[in-house]
Amino acid sequence: MHPFTKHAGVVAALDRVNVDTDQMIPKQFCKLLTREGYGRLLFYDWRYLDGEKPNPDFPLNRPRYRGASVLLTRANFACGSSREHAVWGVLDYGFRVVIAPSFGDIFYNNCFKNGVLPVALADAEVDELFRRAEREGYRLSVDLEKQTVADDGGLRFEFQIDPARKESLLKGLDEIGLSLQHANEITAYEKKRQPRAEMHDPAGVDLTAATPR
Amino acid sequence: MPPQTLYEKIWDAHVVHEEPGQPSLLYIDRHLIHEGTSPQAFTGLKAAGRAVRRPDLTFAVMDHSVPTKNRHLPILDDTARLQFEALARNCRETGVRLFDMHSRNQGIVHIIGPELGITQPGQTIVCGDSHTSTHGAFGTLAFGIGTSEVEHVLATQCLVQFKSKTLLVRVEGKRPQGVTAKDVILAIIGKIGVAGGAGHVLEYAGATIRALSMEGRMTVCNMSIEAGARAGMVAPDETTFAYLEGRPFVPRGKDFQVAVDYWKSLAADPGAKYDRVVELRADALAPMVTWGTNPGMVTDVTGAVPDPNSFSDPVDRQAAARALEYMGLKPGTKLVDIPLDRVFIGSCTNSRIEDLRAAARVVAGKKVAKSLKQALVVPGSRVVKAQAEKEGLDKVFTAAGFEWRDAGCSMCIGMNDDVLPAGERCASTSNRNFEGRQGKGGRTHLVSPIMAAAAALEGHFVDIRRWDVDGAE
Repeated sequence: MHPFTKHAGVVAALDRVNVDTDQMIPKQFCKLLTREGYGRLLFYDWRYLDGEKPNPDFPLNRPRYRGASVLLTRANFACGSSREHAVWGVLDYGFRVVIAPSFGDIFYNNCFKNGVLPVALADAEVDELFRRAEREGYRLSVDLEKQTVADDGGLRFEFQIDPARKESLLKGLDEIGLSLQHANEITAYEKKRQPRAEMHDPAGVDLTAATPR
Repeated sequence: MPPQTLYEKIWDAHVVHEEPGQPSLLYIDRHLIHEGTSPQAFTGLKAAGRAVRRPDLTFAVMDHSVPTKNRHLPILDDTARLQFEALARNCRETGVRLFDMHSRNQGIVHIIGPELGITQPGQTIVCGDSHTSTHGAFGTLAFGIGTSEVEHVLATQCLVQFKSKTLLVRVEGKRPQGVTAKDVILAIIGKIGVAGGAGHVLEYAGATIRALSMEGRMTVCNMSIEAGARAGMVAPDETTFAYLEGRPFVPRGKDFQVAVDYWKSLAADPGAKYDRVVELRADALAPMVTWGTNPGMVTDVTGAVPDPNSFSDPVDRQAAARALEYMGLKPGTKLVDIPLDRVFIGSCTNSRIEDLRAAARVVAGKKVAKSLKQALVVPGSRVVKAQAEKEGLDKVFTAAGFEWRDAGCSMCIGMNDDVLPAGERCASTSNRNFEGRQGKGGRTHLVSPIMAAAAALEGHFVDIRRWDVDGAE
């Protein structure tokens, strides 16, 4: 996974609340078999008119947001479906940071598996960022180590993040590799697990004989 | 030890490794996978040279993209076909049990888990699908995960988890006739909001929940995610045990009694503390209908489309205005005056046998409105389909003008051919009325199965309480 330490970039403002992951990557693209190439598909139905012509009314299509890498948005961002495609789209589009008052739980979690930093700020702070982001070329610097979001006009907000999540992102840790270091404990757990899990060996249940093809 | 909640008991029973200040490594008892969110996980696993640790605890099914008719014909959608082939190959190579689209046990992942008894109280269950919360109806800690986590569970049979807060949702009072489990959960979401449960595991309790069948409890837990909560649960009781006994993956005979004794110990201890408590009266409820583009934008059927200006928060006001524009609705329009184009009865929320029985009771001997373009019934599983056909429900639906289909996610998500066309309006028993959810530009109103059935007959919403039918769940 890409580590995340610091990032500075142009802010794109998407002033919508409760944006769901169905909007971020619509269902038809959840049939693809890869993790790559979702940037072009991000916010597909909002972003494009027929024939993939950019919709001039969609905020992210404004020329001033070209090359933006910090997404500023509203509460409960990326709620709904668990599809990790939503994060893959955010990352592949070029965003490294998403700032909002709150996030959908599954999306928030998925961000950390992909080197995207979700920053939760207070409503009033997000309001202030929306005001400032009206200026063309507005940039923010995000420092994960110091847990700060700052601009060059003297604004500086601190944000909260769980220390374990922070470390994992700073180092770009391989979570599966780390968990596998506990393989002995996993095996020990499996040996002593409560009877309920072993009472009926699922592998021993034969449904196939009754299953027609 | 201080009194514990159901969530805390299950959590403690599954900790494999913990350190202060760190998330815990939690054991996963059952891992459900489907064609939509698993291929990248298997690719990652293979690339890292890792194996599936417990194929015996992993269950795969084809549900999201499967066609609901003419399943014997070749799959013309190449992207869907490649998904199916990938899942079949991955299962074959790793020894994971697969219910493919021709299996008699095939169905929506959250329907077949409970139906086969794979789902049991006290377990941890995960799946790369946010409606995994459904299984919580059994007193199970069940939640949706991303594809990276699917890969993590395949490799380790564990997940790295942060402990959630707990929210007790207590529902008391007798549901009036015509008010179903769907209406109860829509009312809860309307009350606490679509982010009201964020960061929390919900536990549903109270006499109303106790009186629900397992099907009804599953409907309630299913939509926990629509309140922002990854998981929702109900403590197991006699209703739970009676549902489970005799199902294929459930222990039998003496083992069943041992299991029941353990399951009985899972209920929250008296005096257990929750981070938050919300209370709701079911006897004051009426059938619910959503008017907007998330499940929290809901009112009861006697109501009208709200005026965006009635919302005090400017962000909410803007969201409501956007929703009305998308939905093609004007403030003040009575819900019963909204004409419909299609009706969909199905999805992991409402496609179990009880749902179909209840809808069939409404439909029996009547005809779908001529103004309707389509009325669709999609059973949640092939077992539900077979049972319904045994009871003659298919005949009731088709005689009325409904289409009777094969099992799958279908028009809840529109990944197969069952898509709601742009600009059309659908009464749906599914769980999400998001923009484009059932099809780009499609307009979704969430309702219960009996409300959907009645709407199909009339061509618009009606207050089902006036029809004097038994809503069951």
